[in-house]
Parts: sequence; structure tokens; C-alpha cells
Amino acid sequence: MFHDSYMLTALVAGTGIALACGLVGYFLVLRAQVFTGDALSHVAFTGALAALAFGIDLRVGLFAGCVLIAVLFGAMGPRGRADDVVIGNVFAWILGLGVFFMTLYTTNQSGSAGSGGNQTVNVLFGSILGISSGQAAAALGIGLGVSLVLLLIARPLLFATLDEAVAAARGVPVRLLGYVFLVLIGVTAGEASQAVGSMLLLGLFAAPAGTALLITDRPFVGLAVSAGLGVFDVWFGLAAASFVPNTPTSFWIMAVAAATYAVAVAISRIRASRQKTEKQSTKEQRAAAAAA
Amino acid sequence: MTSTGHTTDADAPVLTLHDAAVAVGGRRLWSGVDLTVRPGEFVAVLGPNGVGKSTMIKVLLGALPVAAGSVSVLGQRPGAVGEEIGYLPQRRNFDGSLRIRGVDVVRLGLDGDRWGVPLPFSRRFSAARRAADERVREVIELVGASAYAHRPIGECSGGEQQRLLIAQALVRKPRLLLLDEPLDSLDLPNQAGIAALIHRICRQEGVAVVMVAHDVNPILSYLDRVVYIVSGGAASGPAAEVITTETLTRLYGTPVEVLRAADGRLVVVGGPEAPALHSDRHDDRHGDRHEVLR
Amino acid sequence: MNPGFTWNIITDVQWMWSVPSMVNAFRAGFAVALLAGVVGWFMVLRRQSFAGHSIAVTGFPGAAAAVYLGLSATLGYFGFCIGSALVIALLSRGSGTGVGERAHSSALIAVVQAFALALGAVFLSLYGGFLNSTSAFLFGNFLGITHEDVLTLIVVSLVVLLIMAALGRRLLFASIDPAVAAARGVPARALNILFLVLLGATVAEVSKFTGSLLVFALLVMPAATAQVLTARPALGLLITVTLGVLVTWLGLAWAFFGNQATGFTITSLAFGCYVLAYAAKSARRSFALKAA
Repeated sequence: MFHDSYMLTALVAGTGIALACGLVGYFLVLRAQVFTGDALSHVAFTGALAALAFGIDLRVGLFAGCVLIAVLFGAMGPRGRADDVVIGNVFAWILGLGVFFMTLYTTNQSGSAGSGGNQTVNVLFGSILGISSGQAAAALGIGLGVSLVLLLIARPLLFATLDEAVAAARGVPVRLLGYVFLVLIGVTAGEASQAVGSMLLLGLFAAPAGTALLITDRPFVGLAVSAGLGVFDVWFGLAAASFVPNTPTSFWIMAVAAATYAVAVAISRIRASRQKTEKQSTKEQRAAAAAA
Repeated sequence: MTSTGHTTDADAPVLTLHDAAVAVGGRRLWSGVDLTVRPGEFVAVLGPNGVGKSTMIKVLLGALPVAAGSVSVLGQRPGAVGEEIGYLPQRRNFDGSLRIRGVDVVRLGLDGDRWGVPLPFSRRFSAARRAADERVREVIELVGASAYAHRPIGECSGGEQQRLLIAQALVRKPRLLLLDEPLDSLDLPNQAGIAALIHRICRQEGVAVVMVAHDVNPILSYLDRVVYIVSGGAASGPAAEVITTETLTRLYGTPVEVLRAADGRLVVVGGPEAPALHSDRHDDRHGDRHEVLR
Repeated sequence: MNPGFTWNIITDVQWMWSVPSMVNAFRAGFAVALLAGVVGWFMVLRRQSFAGHSIAVTGFPGAAAAVYLGLSATLGYFGFCIGSALVIALLSRGSGTGVGERAHSSALIAVVQAFALALGAVFLSLYGGFLNSTSAFLFGNFLGITHEDVLTLIVVSLVVLLIMAALGRRLLFASIDPAVAAARGVPARALNILFLVLLGATVAEVSKFTGSLLVFALLVMPAATAQVLTARPALGLLITVTLGVLVTWLGLAWAFFGNQATGFTITSLAFGCYVLAYAAKSARRSFALKAA
């Protein structure tokens, strides 16, 4: 598998992105902001298409759009967290804009038929195997950068998430942290959508984090597990894709992520029902003892 | 976030309010509040619904300025000494699906405002880390939550969660504890238990406690002082002097009677309820709903 | 066909309606807006926008899979939409609208959506990349609507709307106060499952016209606008449906005369209404505060 250099670059890029997605995703799920992550991935789509339509570098549109809208979401909500409905409205409109740019772009590209279509598909589903080593290095750099910043703010962000009033009373800059986190989401969304596509970014945000939150109740352990699972999903997915050629890599990454999540859900359900039967049997024991 | 030096005279008042008044949105909520709280005292803030008791806590935290009079907390202006104050906001309920351990929530009270993440395995190498763990264990035992502190906090009952949150507020050994209606959603046995716990903390740890309550009875026997606020004024002093027919009638301006039941409970009859303000009483969940359904 | 827009509205409308596919589009648009409006109003009330969006997105791989297998796209839409609705409904705990469940249920919804998209990527690659159809699946196609399409739409709409009418009051009760409703014998969890299935059916049917991504716009935007303006259910539903129909028709006309994609025109108009409503409400509130 490693004989092909493109696989190596994909691995490098994927690891950086997976780390960032796993860490950011943990807080996304904890703060119930997953929809924001989803919305930003679609914003990435529109931003990229707008850039393509105007002939500028795809990534400028991606990042600018994601970060701007992320901050906008922060400004539109009462405590730096916008309501689901507001997010839904804004991003439905942005999708509409995306359609506009897509028609603009594909009609402009109608001379070279098909390449416009391919670009759109790439924007939607990513092309991790097609990135250059320069892009891979950038992905790794950005991924590590985001991860570092997140680790730095992790503890106060956790405090602000769980105990907002107390944290604020203690001097934690709750609103500012919220904005910083939104920018991190935006940057991660912009970078990751190049690799796995704007459509599947959501899976990398949600599945490792969701799994981690189900299997452990220690916050910092969960953070580490989420990051680790993200990397595992990407590596395993890339390996699987190399064995089954001509299938999209993003599918395999997503499949692994979804499978681990499903296993975690199953385990937590079994555990919950076992706790319930235990509680019932202790109740019955107590009732029997009282009656005796 | 370190405390600046100030004279630590053991008997110096922890909290002083002199002729304090507060206004929200241009409207004066209450005025004429005089209060001095010494270390280890247990003081209740009482009054009808909506009068602005929680707002007093905000003033003491420095989140809201006084419109008149002066406030001094631990010898300084409010908000300057955040880490020596423990705070328990109103109605925090962790729902069942939040799987974070109680002990981790308490731990956040100790170092939640420090940047970075705790390094793994540092327990073995860092005495500071071990001391912190010990302090967390100690305060959890103080509140009597050792049995369930390692379970996800969402699975604990209301009373258990409240104990853990009190532990969180106490973990940094504050000199002042501000509690906003901590007994609000608890059943009677739990109310009695938490009230006794707070009293024990006052005496044992020497922490001054200012507690907002809408019903004085669960804590009546433990109180040193009360502050009774109505929209026209306030009265403070020992409970036996403030919660009387004469004082409350004078405060409210209409005939109010204070009756003492056979078991010692006080019942206030005839006091008009201040109009409850929608805006300042809701956690965000209900606030959002009311946004939609207005 | 780039018809000129004269400012004589009557002749323009007559010209537009002389094209049979446009007449069908207007008829379909009416039914679509009505159906999506009613179901969407409840969806917004129950704070299930994210679930609605995800269910909509899963329609895309369903359609792609069905077409690849030689079946009708409609079957694919319905199968996947209702399937994912069931997965989400059955695996989420409680009544589906509780505040706390949101963290975990949002992770679940995200994983379902991302995995479905990953499947769509597979079918795309198997089919060799057919961008036009993809574009239609995702962004819709209000032209080329046949009479059969309109008939199926009317049938599905009637069925869903009749069930909604029968359930309406209980659903409203369970949506606003699940605990009290349960105490009164209203089965909040069962209603949640049923509602999500209806949502799935609505989404599947509407997606045929608006595409998987933009069905969301018709579900959310008119309903959100109505709920900004009023909390009364009957009035809110009326506003939602009226707004939805207006926006759809005007959007169709704009697309026709301006040669734009309907996805862009309809969402832009709907978003404009939402912003206006929001601005009006804020202005009214600040006036009220000043008067006090």
C-alpha cells in the first residue's frame, strides 16, 4: 500500500484533518452544535463554487466562506450559539446561492464539458487521493494548528460548556471562547472538505466524537478517544480503499466511522438495559425484604 | 487571576452592602439594602417572586453595577475576587444523556479556567496534581457525595446533583458562597438534607453563605440573618426580627400577617406578589420556547 | 428559451402559462408548498430541523441507487427517506424533542446523513458520474413535470395532510410539553416516530421537484417566518402555507424569466421574507421598549 506515493500523501493529509475533526467534533457534539458543523460544510460547497465561478483559487472561497459564516452564526445567537432554525434558514439560502454559482460556473465551463462537472463532484465528495504533496503538507499543518489551539482552550471551553454561569463568574471569557471555537470549526470545515468533500465532513465531525461520548464519561479521555478514532477511521478507510480500487475513498472512511459508532450505540443500549434490569431487581429485593 | 493582597482580619466582614439599590432596564428593582455578613454566617435573601433576588447575586458577582449605595465584597469591589467566591446559579440540571462524571464537574471548579488540557499520567509525577485530586476527593466527601461522584452526573438525582455542584463551588476553599435558590426543585427530604449540609459547611469551614430562597422554612433554624426585599425597600436583621407581622406590613405597605405553625414553620399571609418578569426568570430552554410562543 | 420579461404582468403570466410544463410546475409548486409548509411548521416547532435536513439528504443516494438498479427514482427517494426517518426515530430516546437528548441524537442524525451520502458517492462512481442527474437529485427540477408526477404528488399530499389533521392537536400537545402530554395519555414517543415517518414521506415526495438539498428550504423557511410572526398555531399554519405558495410561484416565475435555477430563486425569496419578518419583529420590540 505504501508503495504508491499518493497513498502516503493522502495519509499525511488525512491524519492532520482527522485529528482536527476528532477534537473539534467532540465539542461540537457536547455543545449540541453539530448542525452548525453541517451547515458550515455546505457553506464550504458554496464558497468553493463561488471561487471557481469567479476563477479564483477554490480554497480562498472555502475558507473565507466558512470562517465568515461561522462568526455570523455566533453573532446571531443569544449566547454565541445560534438557534437551529436560524442556522437552517441561513444555510438553506446559502445552498441556494451555491446553486446559483454552480450554474454560473458550469455554463462558463461548457466549452470543456465535464470538467466543470468533475470539479463539482470533487467539491462535494472530495478527492483525497488526488491531492499534491504540497496540499497534503498544508492539510497536515492546518490540522495540527487547529488541534493545538483546541487543546489550549479545551479546559475552559469544557467549563464554559457545562457550567456557563459559574465559568463566567470565575472569569472565563465564555463568549470569546465560543467565537474562537466557531472559527476553528470553520477552518476545519474548509480544510477537511477538500479531502473528504463538503458532503462527508459531517461524518468525521460526528462519528468519532459520538462514539467517544458513548464509551467514556471522562471528558479528557473522551477528547483523546475522539481524536484517535478519527485517525483510525481515516487510516482504515484509506487502507480499505486501496484494496478495492475504483471506489470512492470517502465512502470507506465513512463506513468505518459509521460502523464504530453503531457498535458504540449498541453497547450503550445493552448497558442501559442491563442497568434497568439491575435497578428493577434491587427494587424487587427491597420490596421483598420490607414485606418480610 | 490571582487575588491581590488585602488585610485578612479574621473578623472583617466578608460582604457589605450599604443603602444599595439596583436598576434593570431603567426600572429600579429594589433599594435601601443594608447588610453586613461576617465569616461563617448564614444569610438568606428573601422576598416575593420577581422582586430581584437573583439580581442581588449578580450584583455581588460584579455582573451588574449598583445604581445607588455601595457594595464591598471581601474588602474589594464586586467582581475583583472571583476565585474566593463560590457560586451556584439557579436551576442547573444536567440531563440524563450527558455522560460526564460528577467528579470531573467538581474538578472543573478547581481548574476549569486554566488553559490547556491536563497531561495524562501527570499524576505520578506531579505533586500539585496529586494535591488537587486529594482536594477534590476531600470536598466530595464533605458534601457526602462520595458514593455517586464517579457516575455520570446526568444519572444522579436532583439532590445528588446539587450536592456535587455545591462541592464544585467549594473546591477552591472560597470565603463566600453565593447560592441562588438551591432548594428550588428538590423534594422535602432533600431540602432538609441540603440545608443541613450548608449549615455544616458554614460552621465547619468558616464559609459565609448568602442564599436566595423563596421559602425560608427549610433553612430557618440555621439562619443567622435575613434580608427581606420588596419593591419598595428592604429590611435586614435576625430572622425573628425581620419576618414578623410588623416588619413585613411596614415593608409591603399593606397588612401582612406572619403566622407560626405548631412545628415552628412561618407562613406569610397576605403579601402581594410582585409581577413576575418573564425576561429574567428563564433558563434558555424555556426562554426559547417563550420566544416562539409569545 | 429565454423569454423576455415585459412589465405587462398579465401578458407575461399568460405567456408563461402557455407553456404546459410551467402550468404543471405551478400546480406542483402549490401542492409542494402546502405539504412542506404544514409538515415543516411542526418540524420547526419540534426543533427537528436537523433531522429533517438529514432525512432529505439521504434521499439523494436512494434515488441514485434506484436509478442505478433500474428502478424509479421515486422508489429510491421513499425507501431511503422513510428508512432513515425510522432509524433516527427508533434509535433516539424519549420523545425526540427533549433538550438534553439533542447532543446524542444530533450525533446520530449526522452519522446517518453522512453515511447515506457516502453510499451516494459509491453509486455515483459506479454509474460513471452523471452530473446532470446528480444535479437534479440534489437541486431539483421543476420543469419537465408530467401529469403523473402531479397526480402522485396530490395523492401523497392528501394522505399526509389527512393524517396530520387527525393527529394535529395531539401532536401539538406532545410537541410543546411532552411530559404533561404523556401524563395525559398522549404517546409522545409513538407520535414522534409517526411524525418522522410522515416527514420522510413528505421529503421524499417534495424532493422529486426541489431536489434533496433544497426541499429543506421549503420545509424550514416559510414555517420559521410564520413562527417569528405569531405563536398561534392556526394563524401560523396559514401564514406558512400562504408564504410558501407565494414564494414558490414567484420563484418559478423569476426562474422562468430570468433563466435562473429555481433552487436559487425560491430560497432567495423565502430567505428575504424571513429576514423581513425578523427585522419587523425586532423593530416592534425596540419600539415597545422605548414606549415603556
